[in-house]
Amino acid sequence: MENAVKISVKNLNLYYGDLQALKEVNIEISENSVTALIGPSGCGKSTFLKTLNRMNDLIPNTKITGEVLLDGNDIYAGDCDVIELRKNIGMVFQKPNPFPMSVFDNVAYGPRVHGERNKRALQETVERSLKAAALWDEVKDRLSKPALGLSGGQQQRLCIARVLAVQPEVVLMDEPTSSLDPISTGKIEDLMDELKKKYTIIIVTHNMQQAARISERTAFFLLGDLIEEGDTIDIFKTPRDKRTEDYITGRFG
Amino acid sequence: MSLRAHYEEELREMREHLLAMASLVERHLELAIQAMIKQDEGIASIVVKDDDKLDDMKVAMENSCISLIATQQPLASDLRNIFTANEIATDLERMGDYAVDIAEIAIRLKDEKYIKELDKIPRMAKIALTMVHGCIDAYVRSDAELAAKVCKTDDEVDDLTGELFAELYSMGGRETRDIFQMIQFLFVAKYIERIGDHATNIGEWVVFNVTGKLIDLND
Ligand SMILES: Nc1ncnc2c1ncn2[C@@H]1O[C@H](COP(=O)(O)OP(=O)(O)OP(=O)(O)O)[C@@H](O)[C@H]1O
Ligand SMILES: [Mg+2]
Repeated sequence: MENAVKISVKNLNLYYGDLQALKEVNIEISENSVTALIGPSGCGKSTFLKTLNRMNDLIPNTKITGEVLLDGNDIYAGDCDVIELRKNIGMVFQKPNPFPMSVFDNVAYGPRVHGERNKRALQETVERSLKAAALWDEVKDRLSKPALGLSGGQQQRLCIARVLAVQPEVVLMDEPTSSLDPISTGKIEDLMDELKKKYTIIIVTHNMQQAARISERTAFFLLGDLIEEGDTIDIFKTPRDKRTEDYITGRFG
Repeated sequence: MSLRAHYEEELREMREHLLAMASLVERHLELAIQAMIKQDEGIASIVVKDDDKLDDMKVAMENSCISLIATQQPLASDLRNIFTANEIATDLERMGDYAVDIAEIAIRLKDEKYIKELDKIPRMAKIALTMVHGCIDAYVRSDAELAAKVCKTDDEVDDLTGELFAELYSMGGRETRDIFQMIQFLFVAKYIERIGDHATNIGEWVVFNVTGKLIDLND
């Protein structure tokens, strides 16, 4: 693996009250690559994703130990600017969640929050982001229309455009295509392939073929443990751990 | 039956189909060599006639692999198993073709007095057959070491081909019929050598099936 390490997670533990949802997780995530997180429901994938931009801060009663280093700096250190962190590490949720405002305002939202007031600059950012999210052609004539009037797949790509508008370095995606048809799914997968040239992408997916198609590295979680992580092709061709094998071949349970 | 159990069942059937194909190929190889040694047209024609069965079995294997890939999108050991079975079936089908080639030579030479007693050819055939059998055994047991060990004997087959060539060459036949026979013997030797190569391929697929690594057992 030649790419530089973007995120380095060391001995990470996370507790929701008494429940330990992540156990001594250690992983390094390279720049300009797609890393897929797989594992059965409830194994801690979303939890892990949220620890990477401190979304879990918003959940009461959570305790976290260990380190998450972004470019070598611990994001849980006292001096970390969480707003800046979430700008650098954007997140796309499983369910599209456009704001109840126009298409344009959805995408311009982030840059505005971060202080951009110049109308022209905003227009440029919106166009660039929608193009990057492969949505521009479909919405360029309805930028002032409500975002909630878009189809599900368009909404999902709009949410991706919204994340891209603030130019993050890392994009976290939690099952971004789970409710999309194969065409929209294909567009989002193409997009990830394109995006990884500039960004670092971490995606949660329940679709093994999707993980195999789009990611360079794959990590398998089970009950809060990171069981196995490696080159995607190795994980899907010759997993080392029996539990990984059983999961990806559907022999589990 | 759960879908996974159904899938297991299909994988099991695929394996059994492959083993049935292997035992038919082994039988054809044995018969072809026997026909050659005994100059027995009857035995030879069984091999020629029944080769269609092997071709059909190969097609059936392809169909079941394609439908498993399309419907199950196999991964990990399932993926390796399906790919391996299809590759081994290809090697087996080729071996079957060589058995036919040998049987046809046996038919061609059935009424001739051999210019020499066949000694190297049966020896080569025995080694090649042992290789085929050993590799299929290694497949059944998922034993990569056994596969590698079995394939080591391939060199002996190659050496014997060389020896046979030297021997025939030194006999220096003059009669057209003698030369014709010598050429036929050399063809048979060459076919057996190719059968050994296909057995080696099978050994390599067994190693792949077990370890996921594509290696060369031919060096
Ligand atoms: N806010 C919360 N409070 C308490 N427990 C939680 C909370 N969020 C998640 N959990 C628990 O933590 C564990 C991991 O949940 P998480 O959402 O990370 O799983 P997941 O791997 O993303 O599953 P899925 O594939 O179903 O989305 C589960 O046992 C879950 O019930
Ligand atoms: Mg989740």
